[in-house]
Amino acid sequence: MNAMSTPAIEILGLTKDFPVGFWRPRMRRSLDSLSFQVDEGEVFGFLGPNGAGKTTTMKLLMGLIFPTSGTARVRGRSIDDVEMHREIGYLPEQPYFYDYLTARELLDYYARFSNYSAAERRERVEKFLERVGLAAAGDVQLRKFSKGMLQRAGIAQAILHDPPVVILDEPMSGLDPVGRREVRDIILELKKQGRTVFFSTHILSDAEMLCDRVAVLAGGKLQGVGAPGAIVAIKAPAMEILFEAREGRALPAGLAERATRIGGRCRVEVPEEGLYAALEQLRGCEARILSVSPVHPTLEDYFFRLVGGTAVSRGLEEISR
Amino acid sequence: MSATVGPVAINTFREAVRDRVLYNLVLFALLMIGAAILVGEISIGIERLVIINLGLTAISVFGLVMAIFIGVGLVYKEIEKRTLYSLLAKPIRRWEFLVGKYAGLLLTLAVNTAFMTLGLAAALFYVGWRFERSDTSILVAIYFILLEFALVTALALFFSCFTTPMLSTLYTLGIYITGVFADDIRAVGDFTRNPAVLGVTRAIYYVVPNFHNFNAISMAAHGNAIPFTLFWQNTLYAALYVAVLLLAASAVFSRRNLK
Ligand SMILES: Nc1ncnc2c1ncn2[C@@H]1O[C@H](COP(=O)(O)OP(=O)(O)O)[C@@H](O)[C@H]1O
Ligand SMILES: [Mg+2]
Repeated sequence: MNAMSTPAIEILGLTKDFPVGFWRPRMRRSLDSLSFQVDEGEVFGFLGPNGAGKTTTMKLLMGLIFPTSGTARVRGRSIDDVEMHREIGYLPEQPYFYDYLTARELLDYYARFSNYSAAERRERVEKFLERVGLAAAGDVQLRKFSKGMLQRAGIAQAILHDPPVVILDEPMSGLDPVGRREVRDIILELKKQGRTVFFSTHILSDAEMLCDRVAVLAGGKLQGVGAPGAIVAIKAPAMEILFEAREGRALPAGLAERATRIGGRCRVEVPEEGLYAALEQLRGCEARILSVSPVHPTLEDYFFRLVGGTAVSRGLEEISR
Repeated sequence: MSATVGPVAINTFREAVRDRVLYNLVLFALLMIGAAILVGEISIGIERLVIINLGLTAISVFGLVMAIFIGVGLVYKEIEKRTLYSLLAKPIRRWEFLVGKYAGLLLTLAVNTAFMTLGLAAALFYVGWRFERSDTSILVAIYFILLEFALVTALALFFSCFTTPMLSTLYTLGIYITGVFADDIRAVGDFTRNPAVLGVTRAIYYVVPNFHNFNAISMAAHGNAIPFTLFWQNTLYAALYVAVLLLAASAVFSRRNLK
């Protein structure tokens, strides 16, 4: 990475208070002096449980809401500068669009805000409908779109003008596994083209798969910035065993009380270091092993532990260094 | 500037058309047909008066209802449905968005009014009226009605930048009605000779747009020429008032946090 280049996104002490309460509004801090930067060409994950302040941060960057204090720059330009918007694409959380337009009309409308000729615009609209898999639905009014299709239309409008910086708020939410995979492919393709992608998620595996670096936010405060591996390492590893108990054979003590029955099958979760011992016990009672797989905790689990335990928060301090 | 305002205006117009707003024209046509047939039956030489009065009043009422009800939702709907988020992510300033929405609704009202004008002309033709030079006053009266729409739309848009559609409707209607009776309110104040009352009524008179001046319906119906000075006076008055309202709306809206 070129140390001299301007960062794609610089967040400088962003703080946002929202009024809460109707009759006697008080201010509640939703974002607390957030500072970090996203480098040019990075895929950068913005992680945190619901309510952490991810959407708030992105809306501040896009000028949809205004900071209580602090500021931010995109490719060296202040977020107050409307010209900055030529260099940035944005997918809002749970996007919604003019439902009386067709997907093709919607993209054509947005393309009008970049200086394309009519022919270029038409070509671009077709290309990006194709790119997000909406080519066949181009003439369908958006009111008939499913959540997943809206998400695709949203991604198309975010990258339609080839912005060097792309901000995606929960791009995988509401998508089926195929859709998620396609979004991941699009993000990787954007990276290949040298663009910067800053996306939020509360699903750890998405970040693991895609990101050069991640920032972790909780309660409006930055918990740490680092490579996703650093976060995965803190994850308390657990293994899940699925098995069928042999008819007439009792389960050994120690497993019996922890196993949950689903139909004829049993499921038990054991710490990684106890895996072989558990398997030995199951062999002892001639159980049939169906599968052994690692348990991926969601970020919710992860932050639940962050609130409760000290071990994990120590780990987080480490990555922030 | 027009590079960003234009597309927003056209999209606003397209929304109105696809939401079947122009269906009100059917109602207007039925009204005109009914009136023309009825007046043709009685036929005592007042066809022109009745048709013009009714036609222009209907044009004004239909348009005002549209201006207020669509006007108060112009901005609110885009915030509520969050369609504004992806739009404002594009290189467009908030005031450009506002002006675009405003222009789009005015365009809708103008097209609607143009069709109604044709309907009115057809009704006049049916009752046997042959057009004369003095009929230009009908067109001027319609122009004044359009100016009135421009003012009312600006009021609705202004209120909707900081309050709910319900309250915006109430405020806009309130100001419109006060504005229609602005002259009377002032006269009442002058009549009481009470300095406090006088102060209030004068203040209302000067702040609220004076819609009375925009009503040239009876002049047109009686075939009277509309004074040239009134034409310019109304044009300038409306332009200035609209400019102030749009500036105020932009100032409010540009600082607003979108929820
Ligand atoms: N317009 C608003 N008014 C009041 N509180 C808000 C507003 N927007 C967000 N918040 C609060 O700010 C916090 C962060 O929310 P958000 O940024 O949406 O979190 P995330 O996207 O990480 O789930 C939440 O507690 C939320 O309730
Ligand atoms: Mg969010």
